[in-house]
Parts: sequence; structure tokens; C-alpha cells
Amino acid sequence: MPPLLEVIDLHTEFRTGAGLVRAVDGISYTVDPGETVAIVGESGSGKSVSALSLLRLIPDPPGRVTQGRVIFAGRDLMQLSEEQMRNVRGGDIGMVFQEPMTSLNPVLTIGRQITETIEQHRGHDPVAAQRRAIELLGLVGIADSERRLKQYPHQLSGGMRQRIMIAIALACDPKLIIADEPTTALDVTIQAQILELMQSLTRRLGVALIIITHNLGVVARYASRVNVMYAGRIVESGSAAALYHDPHHPYTLALLRSVPRLDRPRQARLDPIEGSPPDLTRLDRGCSFRPRCRFAIARCAEAPPPLEAAGAPGQFAACYRSNELAAVAGEAA
Amino acid sequence: MTAIAGDVASHAAGKPVGNTAGNQGPLLQVRGLRMHFPVTEGMIARRHVGDVKAVDGVDLVIGRGETLGLVGESGCGKTTMGRCILRLETPTAGEILYDGVDIAKLGRRDLVALRRRIQVIFQDPYSSLNPRMKVGSIIGEPMRVHGVEPDAGRRSARVAELLSLCGLNPNFADRYPHEMSGGQRQRVGIARALALNPEFIVCDEAVSALDVSIQAQIINLLEDLRDKFNLTYLFIAHDLSVVRHLCQRVAVMYLGRVVELAACDELFDNPLHPYTRALLAAVPIPDPVVEATRAFQPVAGEVPSPINPPPGCVFHPRCTLAVAECRRTRPQLRELRPNHWVACDVVQ
Ligand SMILES: Nc1ncnc2c1ncn2[C@@H]1O[C@H](COP(=O)(O)OP(=O)(O)O)[C@@H](O)[C@H]1O
Ligand SMILES: Nc1ncnc2c1ncn2[C@@H]1O[C@H](COP(=O)(O)OP(=O)(O)O)[C@@H](O)[C@H]1O
Ligand code: SF4
Ligand SMILES: [Mg+2]
Ligand SMILES: [Mg+2]
Repeated sequence: MPPLLEVIDLHTEFRTGAGLVRAVDGISYTVDPGETVAIVGESGSGKSVSALSLLRLIPDPPGRVTQGRVIFAGRDLMQLSEEQMRNVRGGDIGMVFQEPMTSLNPVLTIGRQITETIEQHRGHDPVAAQRRAIELLGLVGIADSERRLKQYPHQLSGGMRQRIMIAIALACDPKLIIADEPTTALDVTIQAQILELMQSLTRRLGVALIIITHNLGVVARYASRVNVMYAGRIVESGSAAALYHDPHHPYTLALLRSVPRLDRPRQARLDPIEGSPPDLTRLDRGCSFRPRCRFAIARCAEAPPPLEAAGAPGQFAACYRSNELAAVAGEAA
Repeated sequence: MTAIAGDVASHAAGKPVGNTAGNQGPLLQVRGLRMHFPVTEGMIARRHVGDVKAVDGVDLVIGRGETLGLVGESGCGKTTMGRCILRLETPTAGEILYDGVDIAKLGRRDLVALRRRIQVIFQDPYSSLNPRMKVGSIIGEPMRVHGVEPDAGRRSARVAELLSLCGLNPNFADRYPHEMSGGQRQRVGIARALALNPEFIVCDEAVSALDVSIQAQIINLLEDLRDKFNLTYLFIAHDLSVVRHLCQRVAVMYLGRVVELAACDELFDNPLHPYTRALLAAVPIPDPVVEATRAFQPVAGEVPSPINPPPGCVFHPRCTLAVAECRRTRPQLRELRPNHWVACDVVQ
């Protein structure tokens, strides 16, 4: 079966006062039908820009997708007309963003926002749309749907608003949902409710999910495959099990080592990644992780390492030392 | 009034709630602390229609040199607790004994002296640093205001010393906050908190906004400073794995109340309160193999309004163990295991 989504060598730039920012610098990945794929990385690594790029939502100016193809269900999204693209967004691709308050319209009722999507994409009449809206609220675990549909976004809690966003994302039977930090603003018990809900619904309805997060625990719990981003590139990708248990990029390794874990004995001291994330306007031609990397060698300064097979089948890493990493890191530890 | 009587009774019974982990004696004792914010209605004649019971009867002890973690979901009253201890709020009721003196009722002059001894580090280094001041002035300002280092030359030497103590190059003194990364700004916030040689620091979500790699750097810094200066921390956070790493004891809050209090290892190894258990279960472990073996059912519902908290145990509407009695009687903290206090009458 061909992948549902194939992102091929995508590049997105921003022209800023400080210089040219290559926010997404040649990323490629695939998502199979019904699969949950995570994009993980620290703030500024290009996770949101990569998602907005494939949805063609990058503000131009200052931004521009300069290169790449995005094959979704057999069509290259980069070649569609703006009108065709509007039908894809909210239709075959649903979206859930971090702050539902900014994606929901504050002056429209919840009901109107759901029915509007259904009427626009599926051409339902208002009565059918209303019926579907009630059904959707039930699906996302909101009781008392008649009353809720008449409420405005500000009358709901953060968790409720995110449930509404999920209902809207599901409204037109999408093939894919892109969720960008869907629970980052929520408390841990509400985060768990929302993620469990997304997992059970996408599984039940066979919808693929791209979940963008900086939380390594969320990735481990919900994703089958993972792309790790650093400075606009995917530096490692593969199955979650392979990446967490046998990382082949120093950044993945360092990320995993820097977090305290509730299931392990308390460490005497944490092992941070020294330094700070790079300034994207001042990248040199070498590996962008080099200034913080414990394993850098002379070659790392010459050219950015390509993403190549490393480790388990289906695992890839962009590091000149990926295949010696386990041995070298073991010595260092 | 029965609740207040209950709080007092727990002291009268002898042992104060929550023995400290340290052996240097208590530095801070909070007893029956309440902070209620009035809710008013009407534009001209403002009518008092209720209270936000942000903190509603809290007892705590923090030993000198100890780090107490304060965890719980947003709105449960953690920041308000910290602000009462810093005396940025005047509590509605209760005592805050700091080094033996009740600071809950101190007047303005005595508060100035207190501010030298108790400092704070905030979550968002960006909004807590004046964008128009250079880092050197931000850190030097408290020394000038308190007359600690009136001489400008000596003051900048001290700023340089604080910067390098916090892992920053002393020439950062000439930068503005916007010229620094989030982690660097948090180091400035820490240097500023240390400027007056405090003994107690309220860390209010001090690492929550930082990326994980930077978070680990700042946690290590806070640990080093604690050891070096025998600092006492109230470490407010919602990330339980960070709290477990850094703290000696932990208090879990829910809707203005402490529901569980124990030594760190004891709390994480043997959580007793149903809310603490729900919180711990909700934290995903960064390991797909471990996660694949964890079956869990997230706790249902959301935190109720602190204006009309539920009667009895405030957690009962979400609790799977709740019995009829939980809807009627507010459980007091009781010592279910040695030095392990739980406000639930059902768990054994
Ligand atoms: N509208 C914009 N104008 C200029 N730069 C931008 C804009 N949006 C994003 N960027 C830059 O692109 C980079 C990647 O950002 P983003 O994708 O939002 O990161 P992430 O989601 O991983 O935190 C950052 O350096 C950011 O500053
Ligand atoms: N100055 C204030 N006036 C009215 N309500 C307040 C004030 N400060 C805090 N609150 C309320 O008190 C409760 C506890 O808030 P807070 O202490 O900030 O919680 P936390 O830090 O645990 O998130 C919340 O319901 C909050 O809205
Ligand atoms: S390519 Fe070199 S600098 Fe980059 S991660 Fe690998 S070892 Fe480190
Ligand atoms: Mg983002
Ligand atoms: Mg707070």
C-alpha cells in the first residue's frame, strides 16, 4: 500500500530583519494510512512550520516554501489551486492546534463553527449538519450537547475547547489529522484525557495522525514512528522503540538522557545538553548540532550529514558517527 | 467552622503536620493558611457575591536547607501559596511562622527586612525581567534598593560574580533580556534572586517554560546553589518527574488544599491519595516499551470552581473510591504511614 502522505525534500524560508531563516531545511517523511507519527524537537526546531508548510498556511511574506513535494492521497498538495487546497484543509486533513482559543472564532457559537465546516466541505443542509454536530460532540465525550452547541468558546474550559477542536477536525471524515502541541497548554490529567480520546478515535475511525510535540513521554505513549527535528532538519527517524532504545543520533541520545524519569531510581545529577539551540540565521555549513555535540570530529564541520540508514530496519540518522555512537557513548558514560 | 477547628486540633494533638526531612529545624511553618479573593458584582456599589478560595486551610513545614515540592494542576493555589509566603498577599487567615516570627501580619517596615531573606524565581524569565534595563542593572537593582552594596563599583563586581556563579559570562551585564535565550534569561532571574543572599527561595514554575535540554541545565544549577549556600526552596511545579528529582518532600495540592504530604521517595513509591495516583498515572514515561505495558484509565472530569468547591472531600466528584461520607465530611490530613500524611478517609 502506498503511504497516505509523502513529504519529499520540503524547504521553507523566512526573510527576517536578522537574516534568512531556513526554518525547514529539506525534510522528508511518510505517514501510512491510520498510522500515528510523531514530530518531536525543541522550540524553534521547525515543527510547526513544517506542518503549516504542507497545509500551505505559511504567511507570505515573510515566509515561502521554496522547494519540495507533498503527495497526499495521490495528489501533490503543492500543485493544487488555492480553492482545492481550502477543500483539503478541514476536509481530508483535519487540524488541531495548541491554543484552541486562537483557532476558534470567539463570536460564533460552538454549534455554528462545527456546522459551518460540515456545510462548506460536505454540502449538508443545516438540519443534517446540526444532526452531525450533535453526533460529533457525543463522539468527543461532551455530554449535554444541545446546550454546548449554543455556547461560545470563552464559556468552555481549555480541555472542552480542545474536544471541540477534535470534533471539528473529525467533522468531514478526514484521512489525516495534524495535531500541533494539542495538549501543551493543558494540565496533565486533562492532557491524558485528550490524548486518549484522540488515540481511540483515530484508531476506531482509521484516521492517520501526525502529532507534533516536545514531550518525549507523549511520543512514547502514542506514536508508532518518530521524526526528531533539530534546526529545521530531521536528524533521526524510525520506530519509537528503536529510537528510544538504540538512538543513532547524538541529539536523540542526549535528549533522552536529559530528562528525569519517574520509573527509574532517582539520579544523582541530570545530564543536560550544554549550550543553547542554534540561531538559524547564523548556521555554518557543518552539522548544526556540532557546537553542542560530545562526539563531534573534524569532518562534522565540513558539510551537513545526510539522513542515512542506521540501526534497526527503517531507522535513519543524520550523523557521521551514527554507527559508532553506541560504542563511543557507552565509553563516555 | 468545623474545618478550622479540625486544623487546630491536628496541632493540639501534638505533632505538627509534615515533619521536615532536614535536621536543621523548621525554617517555615504554615498553619491553617487561607487566602480568599472576594468576587464582586455590579459597577458602582460592588456587591460581595462570593470568594475564590485559592488557598483554603493549608498546613506545611519546611526545614532549613530543605526543598519542598508543591505540585498540583493549574488553579489549585500553588502560586497563591508562594505569594502569601513572600507576603505579596496578606492572607485571609492563618499563620506563617518564618524563623519563629509570624509574618502573616507583619507591617510594611518589617516586610522590607523579610524581602532580603525570601526571594522568588518566576516561570517566565521574559516577563519578569524589565526589557528596558540591562542585565547588570536588573541584578544590581535589589542591592541598591536595599542599600546592601551602595558603592557602584563594588556592586558591578558583585553582579559579575553572580553572573559567573549562574553560568553566564560576566559581559552579559551589558546585554538586554531580549538579546538572550530563554535559558540564559532564567539564569539572570536566578542571579537576581541571589543578589541579596537570601536563605529561602520560592521557585514558581522556574523551569516549566524551558526546553528539556535547558531545563536539565537549570535544575543542576539550582541544586548546586542549594548545596553551596544552604538554600531552602519551595519548588512549585507541575512536572512530577522534575519534582521527584529535586525535592526532599512533596505536598500535593488540589483546589486550595494539601491532599497528600510525604518524603519524596515515599510519595512516589507509595502514593496513597486517589488524586496523587491519578496524577502519577497520567504522566507518560519516555519509553515506548514501558508505556506499552501500562494500561491506564485517565481520571474523568475537570477541576471544579474554587468559588463553589464541592462539599466534603473536594476531590469526590472525580474519585473512583468515593463513598457517601466523602460528600459530607472534609477529610483532614492524617498520618497514615510514618511521616506520610493523607487527606482521605477511605484509603488505608
Ligand atoms: N512568521 C515567521 N516569521 C519569521 N520567522 C518565523 C516565522 N514563523 C516561524 N519562524 C521561525 O522558524 C523557525 C521554526 O519555528 P517553528 O516551526 O514555529 O518551531 P517549533 O514549532 O519547532 O517550535 C523558528 O526559528 C522561528 O523563529
Ligand atoms: N488576585 C486574584 N484575584 C482573584 N482570584 C485569584 C487571584 N489570584 C489567584 N486567583 C485564583 O485563585 C486560584 C488559585 O490560583 P493560583 O494560586 O494562581 O493557582 P496555581 O498557581 O496552582 O495555578 C485560581 O482559581 C485563580 O484564578
Ligand atoms: S555529525 Fe558530528 S557533530 Fe553532528 S551529531 Fe554527528 S558527531 Fe555530532
Ligand atoms: Mg511549534
Ligand atoms: Mg501558578
